[in-house]
Amino acid sequence: MKNNLVPLVVLAVLAGLPLLGLNSYVMHILILSIMWTLAGMAWNLLGGYCGQVSFGHAAFFGMGAYSAGLIHLHLGLSPWWGFLVSLPLVALVALAMGSVVLRLRGPYFVLATLAIGEVLRITCENLTDFTKGTLGIMITRTWVEKTQYYYIILGLALLGFMVCRAIVHSRWGYYFVAIREDQDAAESMGIDTTRYKTIALTVSAMLTGLAGAFYTNYMGYIDPGVVFSLGEISILIIMVVMVGGVATQWGPALGAGIMVILAEYIRSLPLIGVAYQTMFGVLLIVIIIYLPNGLVGDWPVLRRKLLRRGATA
Amino acid sequence: MLEVRNIDVAYGDVQVIWDVSFRVGQGEIVAMIGANGAGKSTIMRTVSGVLRPGKGQILLAGEPIHTVEPYTLIEKGLAHVPEARRLFPEMSVEENLDMGSLRGRARKERARTKERVFSIFPRLSERRRQASGTLSGGEQQMLAIGRGLMALPRLIMFDEPSLGLAPILVQDIFNVIRTVRDEGMTVLIVEQNVRQTLALCDRAYVLENGRITQEGAGADLLRDPHVKAAYLGV
Ligand SMILES: Nc1ncnc2c1ncn2[C@@H]1O[C@H](COP(=O)(O)OP(=O)(O)OP(=O)(O)O)[C@@H](O)[C@H]1O
Ligand SMILES: [Mg+2]
Repeated sequence: MKNNLVPLVVLAVLAGLPLLGLNSYVMHILILSIMWTLAGMAWNLLGGYCGQVSFGHAAFFGMGAYSAGLIHLHLGLSPWWGFLVSLPLVALVALAMGSVVLRLRGPYFVLATLAIGEVLRITCENLTDFTKGTLGIMITRTWVEKTQYYYIILGLALLGFMVCRAIVHSRWGYYFVAIREDQDAAESMGIDTTRYKTIALTVSAMLTGLAGAFYTNYMGYIDPGVVFSLGEISILIIMVVMVGGVATQWGPALGAGIMVILAEYIRSLPLIGVAYQTMFGVLLIVIIIYLPNGLVGDWPVLRRKLLRRGATA
Repeated sequence: MLEVRNIDVAYGDVQVIWDVSFRVGQGEIVAMIGANGAGKSTIMRTVSGVLRPGKGQILLAGEPIHTVEPYTLIEKGLAHVPEARRLFPEMSVEENLDMGSLRGRARKERARTKERVFSIFPRLSERRRQASGTLSGGEQQMLAIGRGLMALPRLIMFDEPSLGLAPILVQDIFNVIRTVRDEGMTVLIVEQNVRQTLALCDRAYVLENGRITQEGAGADLLRDPHVKAAYLGV
């Protein structure tokens, strides 16, 4: 009962926020946070629950973004159709990738994810006739106002949240965790580990692609260096999950909020601003050492520490 | 029930099993004894499909299993209680047991088998909601065995089920294995507790440096001078 109520309350609050007449900068921060929440939840399904760490979710994000951009550029379709186009495209790539590299043990999967993001970026940069290369693709945004975008990304994130929640609480969710905890043992329990890892990858990739397609529509401009970026997309998605809480329901949302605000803040600092990716790297190391389960995952530990400090003070 | 024919197994370039053959008949308890590093666990992992033999064949009830996907073996009736338990540490006791009975008949009979496991190991019943990673070593071993039984296998393989257990518990575990066999399961067991194991089993194989060097009835091997000197310390 309580568990079902929390998401509804959160949703009601989020749905009500634009009614407060927030200024457009705050709306922008909210929209980005929700977009990264969606990508974070997607990554979390594969990396957090199933234990398959991806350093290449920019590949799926970028494919989503370019689905929207390319149908507009070549077919004159509204980039909003990008959502529909991206789903089968991303799914196909994820399935192909999964059935090849998820079969192998060891670091192959991590390396393959790292490679696919970079390969797609370089391909996109060089297929200048098709993608306009580094010039990027510009679309005309549908609205000047932020409110519509806000509700659209909120709807998508809600969809992602429900999909992940349903999967995590289903048989699949248990299989994912079993695979994460001991793949050989999972296999000898009768779990077709390649198949379920591929499922996790595919669902995760599709949700990430939706975030990418939204990005195009919202930002109005994409280029390969941004949407296929290792640092600004792939690593940021990992950070969102690590900061918020690996394999937790609310971790990605919290992590996304923190990372978006932090990125804005660090970028605004004079001098240090340009080095914000380095700062992210340092932050990631600190988090891994002190809060390996993220803020949500390590909340009991954190609270105990804070309480103790409070008691002695 | 199980027939292993002339298998070689290697880790990368390092071959550790050489031309090993043995069989486990329906309803038998067969033991494999050997020093540390002889290759006992390697053989079990090969039978359960985690490793592939470089040559040779493995047949379960006449059907070759060394070429099939390992996840299909449990439905064919093969359960493996691996060395060092290999539980799912963040899952509860009960969830671990459920994982042992994902398919087929085991799934349908899940509730009943679980009650049976809990009656064999009442300590597990008291801890059914506890994360398995927080159980004591002995409790984890009970859970690993329980999880193997949940599959209602025809053949169950135990890799050092008594490892790290107090003597009284070792006796309990051996009694469980005997009961399981009496109910119709076939057992292949690897053990360091050579004396008790030879007393328990019908037949045994001696594995030395990856090769089978002796075989015979448990009682005969207990009296064998080489086995006495090498494994019983007399
Ligand atoms: N993953 C591995 N990679 C390389 N060599 C391995 C691996 N696992 C085992 N070996 C080697 O294979 C040989 C047999 O190991 P195995 O674990 O089968 O022995 P064992 O008879 O089960 O020993 P113990 O009684 O100590 O459990 C050993 O020499 C070991 O070092
Ligand atoms: Mg061993």
